[in-house]
Amino acid sequence: MSAANSAHSVVEPGAASKRIAATLVILYAVITLVPLVWIFLTSIKSPPDSISYPPKILFTPSLEGYCNLFTTRTRQTPEYIAALPEPDGICDAVTRKRNMVIAGPSNFLPRFANSLIIAFGSTFLAVGLGTLAAYGFSRFKVPLADDLLFFILSTRMMPPIAVAIPIYLMYRQLGLSDTAIGMMLLYTAVNVSLAVWLLKGFIDEIPREYEEAAMIDGYSRLQAFRKVVLPQATTGIAATAIFCLIFAWNEYAFASLLTSGSAQTAPPFIPTIIGEGGQDWPAVAAGTTIFLVPILVFTILLRKQLLRGITFGAVRK
Amino acid sequence: MAEIRVDHLRKAFGEFVAVQDSSFTVEDGAFLALLGPSGCGKTTTLRMIAGLELPTGGTISLAGEDVTYKRASERDIAFVFQLFALYPHMNVRRNIGFPLLAQGVPKAEIRTRVEETARLLQIDHILDRPVSGLAGGDRQRVALGRAIVRRPKCFLMDEPLGTLDAEFREVMVRELRELHNRIHATTVYVTHDQIEAMAMADRIAVMNHGVIEQFGTPQQIYDRPASMYVADFIGSPPMNFIRFDAGLPKGARTARIGAAEIEMPALRAEVAPGALALGVRPEHIRFSDASPLRGAIYGTEYLGTNQIVTVETQGGLVRARLPAGQSYRIGEPVGLSFKSERLSLFDARSGRVIPSVLHEGALRREARHG
Ligand SMILES: Nc1ncnc2c1ncn2[C@@H]1O[C@H](COP(=O)(O)OP(=O)(O)OP(=O)(O)O)[C@@H](O)[C@H]1O
Ligand SMILES: [Mg+2]
Repeated sequence: MSAANSAHSVVEPGAASKRIAATLVILYAVITLVPLVWIFLTSIKSPPDSISYPPKILFTPSLEGYCNLFTTRTRQTPEYIAALPEPDGICDAVTRKRNMVIAGPSNFLPRFANSLIIAFGSTFLAVGLGTLAAYGFSRFKVPLADDLLFFILSTRMMPPIAVAIPIYLMYRQLGLSDTAIGMMLLYTAVNVSLAVWLLKGFIDEIPREYEEAAMIDGYSRLQAFRKVVLPQATTGIAATAIFCLIFAWNEYAFASLLTSGSAQTAPPFIPTIIGEGGQDWPAVAAGTTIFLVPILVFTILLRKQLLRGITFGAVRK
Repeated sequence: MAEIRVDHLRKAFGEFVAVQDSSFTVEDGAFLALLGPSGCGKTTTLRMIAGLELPTGGTISLAGEDVTYKRASERDIAFVFQLFALYPHMNVRRNIGFPLLAQGVPKAEIRTRVEETARLLQIDHILDRPVSGLAGGDRQRVALGRAIVRRPKCFLMDEPLGTLDAEFREVMVRELRELHNRIHATTVYVTHDQIEAMAMADRIAVMNHGVIEQFGTPQQIYDRPASMYVADFIGSPPMNFIRFDAGLPKGARTARIGAAEIEMPALRAEVAPGALALGVRPEHIRFSDASPLRGAIYGTEYLGTNQIVTVETQGGLVRARLPAGQSYRIGEPVGLSFKSERLSLFDARSGRVIPSVLHEGALRREARHG
C-alpha cells in the first residue's frame, strides 16, 4: 500500500524550503492580522486614548467601548450623578465618570440577532437548495443543463447595486422590505447560484457507484442520497456553507437599502454608532470585534471538514 | 436463487448501439461469464440486468418474473462493482450490514448474519476497521460480503478482480469459484480475461461490438468456436488460421491448401468458392518431415514444460505448442501435420464457422445431456 501512496503524493519538501515557506506564511499572517489586532486594541481603549496622536501602543485597558456599544446614555449634571446610589456594575461606573447615566440598552443586540438569523437562515436555505439542485445537475439528464447552469451563474454577474432599486420597489409592493424573511430570501437567492456551482463540483467527484450500490442494496434514490451521498459531500457542504455565510454576514449594500428598522443587520448598524455622542471609536471597534466572532467560530468548527476538502482530490478511495 | 432470462435485449445510447440483440439464459445456480474486449457492451448488459440502466428493447426476467422496467432496489440482486464501491464513511461491519438495514432486519440478526458472512470470507478479524485502509484483497472480500449477506436471487459482478495484481487475482479466482460451489448462487460475471472466464464459469458468452458471438461451455467455446473472432479471442496463443481459396462440396473430408491435401472433419454444408480459413489450435500441430505442408522456423518462445514455435508458411505465420525438449534453428525447414479431427473451417468473409461433423457430434452430445 505504501508504494501506491507514495505514487500519489507530491515530493516531500526539504527542511530549508519548509523553513522559507513557514517564514513567508507567518509574515503574511502578521500583515493581515495587523488591522484586526488594531481594531481589538481600539475596542479596549478609552475614547481619548483611541484618538490620541501619535497612536498609543501602551494604555490602560477600558471596557468603555463595550459599555457604550450595548447601552444608550444621557448627559446629567454632576450634582444629579452625585446624588445617585452606588453604581451597579462596571458600565454604570464608567458612564458616570463621563457625566452620563445609562438610559437603556442600545439596538446593537437586536441588530446582531438579526444578522445571526438572516445569515444563518439564508445559508441553511442556500446550501440545502444548492445541494439538491447540484445533485440533480450532477446525476440526471437535465434538459438544457448547461444553459440552466449558466443562467444560474449569470444571476451573480450583476453588481447588487444595479438590482437594488428594482428589488427595493418589488419588496415594498410585497411587504417584504425591512423584514427578516425578505432579507433571508434575498441572500438565499444570491447565494444559491454559488452553492449550486460549488457543490456540483464536489458531487461530481463522488462516484455514482456508491448510490447505485445503495439502490441495488434496496434503498430508494432519496435514501441513497441521504445515507451515502450526503455523508461524503460534507466537505463540500462545509466549504460552501462558509462561503455563503461570509457573504450573507458581511453584506452591506442590500442591507443598508432594504432594512432600516426592525430587520436591520449589524453591518449597516455599526457605522451609526459613531454618531451617538461624539466620535466613539472604541464602541465601533467593539461592535466590529464582536461582529467578527461568529464567522471565526463557525470556521473553526468546520476546520476539519475544510482541511479534508483541500486534500480531496489527493485521496484515492 | 433464480434463473436469469435475457431476451432480445438491446441498448442504444443515442445513435450508438452498445448492445445489439442479446438473448441468453443463465440457469438457476449457474455461473455465466460475459467475456469480451473493452467497450463491447459487457457492463451495459450487466447494468440492464441490475436495473441501473433501462433497455432500449427486449425483456429481462428473474425467476420467471419480468423485471425489465423494475427498479434496481426491487429486483433482489447483488452487484459487485469493479472498484468495489465500499462506502468510505462506514466501517467493514456497517458496509456488510447496509443491505440488511434496508430490509428492516432487526439489529441483533444483522449482527449475527454479518459475522457469519465475515467468517465465510475469513474477514471476521477486520470487521471493525474502516474500509479506507484495507488492502485490495480485503476490499474485494468486503464487497463480496455485502453482496452475499442478503442472500439475493443472483449476483452480478463487473470485473471484480480487475484492480488486483496478477498473483492475487489467481487466489481470488479460486476463492470465488469455491464460494460459488458452496452457495450456488446464480452469477453473471463480467471479465475481459479469458483465463478468469475459463477457470470459473459453467457457461461463457463471448461478446463483440454489442453482439454475443457464442454462448456455451468453456469446452465448447474452446474446441468448437462459432466464429473466427471467438477462435482468435480465446486461447493463448490463439487459434491459427491458414487462409486459402476453395469451393467444397457437402461431405468433403479434405481441403487442398497449396500442394497439401489436408484431412478435416466432414463438412455438413456445401461451400461456395471463396476465401476460407482453416482453424488449428497450436497444440494440435506436430512437425512431420513427410508432410507436404511446408514451412520454415520463424522463432521460438520457451515456456518451461512446452514451447511455442512459430513457423512461416505460405498461408502466414503458424504457431505450434510443442514439448520443450527439442530445439530448432531459425530458418530450418519443417513439415506440419494437424490433428485432423479437431480442425475447424471458417468462411473467411463472414467469419462464421462452416458446420462439420465436429459440431454435429457436439450437438448430439449436448442434446443427450440437456
Ligand atoms: N452512458 C453512456 N452513454 C454513452 N455511451 C455509453 C454509455 N455507457 C456506455 N457507453 C458506450 O457503450 C459501449 C459499451 O460500454 P460498456 O461499458 O458496456 O463496455 P464494457 O464491455 O463493459 O467495456 P470495459 O471492458 O471497458 O468495461 C462503450 O463504447 C461505451 O463508450
Ligand atoms: Mg465494463
